[in-house]
Amino acid sequence: MALTGNIPGKGKLIAVIGDEDTCVGFLLGGIGEVNRAKNPNLNFLVVDRNTVTSEIEDTFRAFLKRGDIDIILINQNIAERVRHVIDVHKDPIPAVLEIPSKDNPYDPSKDSIMRRARGVLGGD
Amino acid sequence: MSGKDRINIFPSRMALTLLKGRLKAAQTGHNLLKKKADALQLRFRQILKRIIETKQKMGDIMKDAQFSLAEAKFAVGNDINAVVLQNVTKAQTKVRTKKDNVAGVNLPSFECYQDGSDSYELAGLSRGGQQLAKLKKNYARAIELLVELASLQTSFITLDEVIKITNRRVNALEHVVIPKIERTLAYVTSELDEMEREEFYRLKKIQEKKKQIKDAREKELALLKAQGLIIESANILEDEHDDDILF
Repeated sequence: MALTGNIPGKGKLIAVIGDEDTCVGFLLGGIGEVNRAKNPNLNFLVVDRNTVTSEIEDTFRAFLKRGDIDIILINQNIAERVRHVIDVHKDPIPAVLEIPSKDNPYDPSKDSIMRRARGVLGGD
Repeated sequence: MSGKDRINIFPSRMALTLLKGRLKAAQTGHNLLKKKADALQLRFRQILKRIIETKQKMGDIMKDAQFSLAEAKFAVGNDINAVVLQNVTKAQTKVRTKKDNVAGVNLPSFECYQDGSDSYELAGLSRGGQQLAKLKKNYARAIELLVELASLQTSFITLDEVIKITNRRVNALEHVVIPKIERTLAYVTSELDEMEREEFYRLKKIQEKKKQIKDAREKELALLKAQGLIIESANILEDEHDDDILF
């Protein structure tokens, strides 16, 4: 299984950066994977009150570099904290998706992609 | 408008044909690119609409999923978080990439599939199994939707980039390359015309000069003849004074 991640075109992973509940939910959905050969060796990051912003940034950058991750899910309130890192990432793959978290409902006006879409459509 | 904004070329007839070919190629390319840009724009707007719809749908589905997590927690107990976070082994849900071709642009699209066994099969065995099953189902649905959203988003970004490039090319052709070729063409034509006029003038001038010289010589000759200094040699081509020898 460790090999599949490295071969392009084979099954890729979904990564999650989010609060505990979000991570637990998606893990139950079956996306979690441990890979000792990779850094970080988990494909999710649980962000709680004690997690510092630099740690989120580092993990996000590491996910971008890993190569076996195609989609990164990130809670919107956490995405707000590392907005500059997300805005810098312009490549189509991996796709960064902002998802609502338990305590924060989804706000389309903050989403990087939605902002870009709005810019194209011209404010409607 | 002078030497800088036209192609540096020697004005000759060959260059003219060459330039005409280039102009034609540039115009064809411009038309084709414009068509491509239109096709991409169409697709782009469709995707944009779907992204906005799906994002709105995502809000509802995520709410459902989170609510079922709360239910499961109530049934199983709060230690479920730790159990789940500790028991990660292999991914069961993975994504595959497919390529979709729109007007020569490869758009990646994701597709999720199940692979391997559920590593949380035994979670909630003692209590709350039903809630957990529902929770898993809800999150699986959420993942499916998110994967769809991800592929839309990837297409969006790729298309955005390609459209920008295509528009840049169309504009470059329309406002830089084609006018430049046209200007060069005009320059070459005017230069060729100029050359033709020069040639014509030169011809006339030479004829005039020749006529002058001829007139002068004739005059001189006539003068000499009148003085009797020169006897005109018989003209063998003139018939009248030529007697027949044989008969």
